[in-house]
Amino acid sequence: MFLRDLLAVVIIAGVYSLLMAAIFTQLDAVDVAFTEASVGAGISTVLLLATLALIKNQKADKYEWRIPAIILALLTGALLLYSVPAMPLFGNPQNPIHHHVAPQYIQETPEIIGIPNVVTSVLADYRGFDTLGEVTVIFTAGIGVLLLLARRRTKKQ
Amino acid sequence: MSENVILRIVSKFLIPLILLFGLYVQAHGDYSPGGGFQAGVIFAAGFILYGLVFGLDELKRVVPLSTTIILMAFGVLLYTSVGYLTMFLGGLFLDYAHLAHSEKHGHHYGILLIELGVGITVASVVIAVYQIFTERATRDGG
Repeated sequence: MFLRDLLAVVIIAGVYSLLMAAIFTQLDAVDVAFTEASVGAGISTVLLLATLALIKNQKADKYEWRIPAIILALLTGALLLYSVPAMPLFGNPQNPIHHHVAPQYIQETPEIIGIPNVVTSVLADYRGFDTLGEVTVIFTAGIGVLLLLARRRTKKQ
Repeated sequence: MSENVILRIVSKFLIPLILLFGLYVQAHGDYSPGGGFQAGVIFAAGFILYGLVFGLDELKRVVPLSTTIILMAFGVLLYTSVGYLTMFLGGLFLDYAHLAHSEKHGHHYGILLIELGVGITVASVVIAVYQIFTERATRDGG
């Protein structure tokens, strides 16, 4: 919160991501932890550092109290905290998410798809269409970066 | 940075291991955590480490930007063509059961192929974005 150096902010974000990966591992969400560690802590940090190299490291001269921003942040935090008691208890087997399609996926995966990792079977098979959308999003993002940043090179030369 | 002997030696030792681990995550996504997305990022991380230590020009010699652009599109093409293949074989879009004689094998092939498509696209997008970013940063006198 009181950091004035953007480089330090990027490093802290990477450390935070790695800690989140550790928490996901503790929650037995190994696939999510894997993604968080490789994308959040790894690639995002490298890309943010590359962006810093692009825009030059900027330091704020003095710390400013931005009252509206602080009020907005506190308000959002208060609203989030207000909604916490309405959430289902963590790990309760009676929770709605454990009664929708999850039992069917877990039961069917060994019989129909025949692979041990249920996460992969959901992502690549049951939700194959979603994953196609995700890949298309990544592809489009890559194309966007190419168009925005690589075009000026050819203009200048 | 390329003058640094320790960095060069250590990264020469590490990069093959990172690439091998990426391939393992790619191929083993059915059995252990991971899959195309994570594998693509890990695979790209190996190339980014190479670019960080040996410089952008050296990275471009290994993977030219034109290659990564083609591979970006190829991954999505592979994914969609699996979908169309299952349609031609008499099923629905991305209905892997029609890919082989038995349902289980069909699902297995389908998942392997689309994960490969995901991995190729993710890896090449990450490498391409890194190349473009660093190219601008170095060219603008950074």
